[in-house]
Amino acid sequence: MASNGSDLSASTALQDVRPAGRTPLRATADNALKIVVVGGFGVGKTTLVGSVSEIRPLNTEEVMTRAGEGIDPAGSWGKRSTTVAFDFGRITLSERQVLYLFGAPGQERFWFLWDRLFSGALGAVVLVDTRRLEESWYAIDRLEHHGTPFIVARNNFGEPGHTLEQVREALDLPPEVPLVDCDARDRESGKRVLIELVHHLATLAGADAAALAEPGTPVGPAAVGEFGMPVGPAAAAAPGAPDAINEESTP
Amino acid sequence: MNAGPVLPGRDDDPDRLYTITGGRSRAPENAFDLVTLIVAERQPAPGMQSEHVRILRMCEAPTAVVEVAAELSLPISVVRILLGDLLESGAVTARHPRFAPNKARLPDLDTLKQVLHGLQRL
Repeated sequence: MASNGSDLSASTALQDVRPAGRTPLRATADNALKIVVVGGFGVGKTTLVGSVSEIRPLNTEEVMTRAGEGIDPAGSWGKRSTTVAFDFGRITLSERQVLYLFGAPGQERFWFLWDRLFSGALGAVVLVDTRRLEESWYAIDRLEHHGTPFIVARNNFGEPGHTLEQVREALDLPPEVPLVDCDARDRESGKRVLIELVHHLATLAGADAAALAEPGTPVGPAAVGEFGMPVGPAAAAAPGAPDAINEESTP
Repeated sequence: MNAGPVLPGRDDDPDRLYTITGGRSRAPENAFDLVTLIVAERQPAPGMQSEHVRILRMCEAPTAVVEVAAELSLPISVVRILLGDLLESGAVTARHPRFAPNKARLPDLDTLKQVLHGLQRL
């Protein structure tokens, strides 16, 4: 008999080891931020959210009435309504800040709910599968329409059949929108995608690399100082990170 | 009655949602963001609606609206209605997201720095 409930270990080598129960936020948490991962069915949104999330991805849903206003004559739940489900995970950023990541379907009916659910999002990641690029066109169009800053990440299953340049062309993506490769299953890769989005937001805000890496930051300057820094150096910064946390929590 | 293909609740039939919200189907739209953090300010009282009790227990630590919805397996809009009741009676307080997009919908640099540093620590 297996202990620790791991009796399925053979078939679940990649099984989630995070606790199934709820993991509460710190009592000091008082500000939550949103990033949305948009993509077609099966492109790996939940995988990406799950790879960086500190909790197992959870699923919830919203109901939209046909009227689009969320107003229905009393008692008509279920009539003329449609449901949009989405996943989410979270990352504790600091004592007070927490980042929620949402994996949202890119299909048409979803966009009716965008303002209601995701207004105020920092930005979005459009996750694409090169075998079904056309599914991303609509999402990109809608994000542009909503004025939500975004980057595009290709979830690279197996060997890529196209170069990123070809993907950019097929998506008709403006040159200023970053396009990156990722492996949604890999935590470092997922992390890199999110960092790329933050860099893009900073660029849009007119900031340069130096502005993001503030001088007072207790992390080594070489590790965090540059835009577009490959993941290696960023990962190397990790050992210094706990210090930063400790400094905050034990003044 | 409603055996249609689309049900608003994951596990719930519309009649039950109707009951839970006391017949209301409209959420106070602006009261709660998806990531507003809810904090219980008091213990559940005897006779309280069971969903309210569960929310108060769950929110002993700050809990985002979306997590409450996932935990209760209820649609966001139903949860917003329930939270509205609790907020009104003072049983919970709400910590709203502070990020308000500016004209260009961009977060301020300070927020970006904090997000970046948080991600780098992952």
